[in-house]
Amino acid sequence: MIKPYIYFFAFFLLTYCSSKEEEIYTPIPYNLEIPALFADKLIAPIIPTDNLLTEEGVLLGKKLFFDKKLSGDNTQACSSCHNPKKAFTDQQQFSAGVQGEFGARNAMPLFNLAWNFDERFAWDGKEFGLEQQALEPVSNPIEMHANWNLVVQKLQESTEYPSLFLRAFGASEIDAKLVTKAIAQFERTLISGDSKFDKYLLGETSLTQEEQNGFNVFMDEAKGDCFHCHGSNNNPLWTDNAFHNNGLDTTFQDLGFGTVTGDPNDNGKFKSPSIRNLAFTAPYMHDGRFATLEEVINHYSEGLQKSSTIDPLMKKVNEGGVHLSPKDKNDLKAFLLSLTDREFINNPNFQE
Amino acid sequence: MKKKYCLLILTLLLVTGCNEELDCCVQPEQFTVTLNFTHHWNGLKITPQDFNELKFTNENGERLSIERLRYLVSNISLINSKNYHLIDVGENYGTSITFPELTDKSYALSFRFGFSDEDNTDGTYQDLNSISFNVPEILGGGYHFMQFDGKYVDNNNEASGFNYHTIKAVDRTDPDNLKFEDTSFEVNLGTIVVADNTEIEIKMNLAEWFKNPNTWNLNELNTVLMPNFEAQKMMRANGGSVFSLGVVN
Repeated sequence: MIKPYIYFFAFFLLTYCSSKEEEIYTPIPYNLEIPALFADKLIAPIIPTDNLLTEEGVLLGKKLFFDKKLSGDNTQACSSCHNPKKAFTDQQQFSAGVQGEFGARNAMPLFNLAWNFDERFAWDGKEFGLEQQALEPVSNPIEMHANWNLVVQKLQESTEYPSLFLRAFGASEIDAKLVTKAIAQFERTLISGDSKFDKYLLGETSLTQEEQNGFNVFMDEAKGDCFHCHGSNNNPLWTDNAFHNNGLDTTFQDLGFGTVTGDPNDNGKFKSPSIRNLAFTAPYMHDGRFATLEEVINHYSEGLQKSSTIDPLMKKVNEGGVHLSPKDKNDLKAFLLSLTDREFINNPNFQE
Repeated sequence: MKKKYCLLILTLLLVTGCNEELDCCVQPEQFTVTLNFTHHWNGLKITPQDFNELKFTNENGERLSIERLRYLVSNISLINSKNYHLIDVGENYGTSITFPELTDKSYALSFRFGFSDEDNTDGTYQDLNSISFNVPEILGGGYHFMQFDGKYVDNNNEASGFNYHTIKAVDRTDPDNLKFEDTSFEVNLGTIVVADNTEIEIKMNLAEWFKNPNTWNLNELNTVLMPNFEAQKMMRANGGSVFSLGVVN
């Protein structure tokens, strides 16, 4: 004969266990939709094993990306300088921080970041990994100028965030690491691979004569010779994500990559940006010195400046460049604009 | 009595069966062999720390520096299957290639510099696409065999860039009828006897790219060499004496 209290104890155990189980929420893996060309041509994107993408993590990251609580005075979010409608730039030469101070670098566009295989981010490559990168602007005094402890406190005291963090990471106690993990997850979903040129490569459309000639100029070592640093039909990132001195100056105010490595041979080198979405990302170069694509093309054609670290891929530097014909310049611009991805800037998943 | 015979037969069967099993499961001896690609300038060792300095002088008397050096080797003969390897000297990447689980003790060691026409298929290799090692379609597509970039002191005593890029040669004299020549080449390093953890040094003498049989004049041939059919053939010829076998231990 089993005593009645045994039944009671067993019932208690069962209900206790089941209620504890309900508290453990398993986030849903996020299905990263990789464009066909990327899947065909490139190695797999970089997704850290300790920060796999989940539906809840991406959603939380998006909310944080647009949340002004991340700035010192609640006036700026990441999106203030990285506007989705502008391919996540702000179309300013330099961006004003919360106290109205300006930096010395142009806000970089954000897309296809998971395919930055060396994981060096920012114009000078100073940040290793997207999670690490997201830490810096929040506390930078001329950017969002916040104290991370206070940011975490604001998020912790909010009515929404603790439960969102719990669902995304299994922890309702928020810290800076989890915040940047979530933002990095969202940023890895920002994929741009649906331009006219992508469609052309997929056989879904054709190029104009100007665009086709412009592509040939881009790929011709004797003309544009852009492909050595800026990708090709076989590298749909349209960047090598490496650091080059592209002949902007004879002496350097900003040492760029050299500041990070400490090697004078890296002075004046900056990351090659992708040439996707140039229609939305003016002004150009690390310091936003060129307002138009015409100015950029003219620079490479006639305006190269010699210095000790100029990349050997820059041709005819003594003559300022290769001196493209007006038609080639015009066609090169037409080709560059064929990499405009309006689906990307209008993607509802990326809007506030 | 019958039982005894049965037991004897069963025991025999088991014993012989076990013997057979032992024979079938004896693994052949396996070796791990590592190829180490090293680089020198007429005997002077080159490491990434030697990059960016105008410290080398070629056969033509031009001082030069190395800023980027990455190249492709394929079909290393230690394994039977197709294989390729990118070596990026500046990034210290791929200079050491390990082959585990080799079973032969002796190999005719060879590899191909670059890709043969058969393997040089446009856009096929994701890892090479990802580092932009491609050749434009207007030059026949496929991949670079080598990107050797640097600066040289030109006739005006100024440092100028050079791009010693080797690819499958293309003659574009008639744009409607491109002619190609396979400028990849096989490097034979002789027979090597290996044991476990054998390390084999394969040396590249960069000076030879500018020397033998064609004395290279960087003032004339410096950039835009990819579409230069004759230059590609000259580079191929000079490549013949670039590699040699180093220390085997």
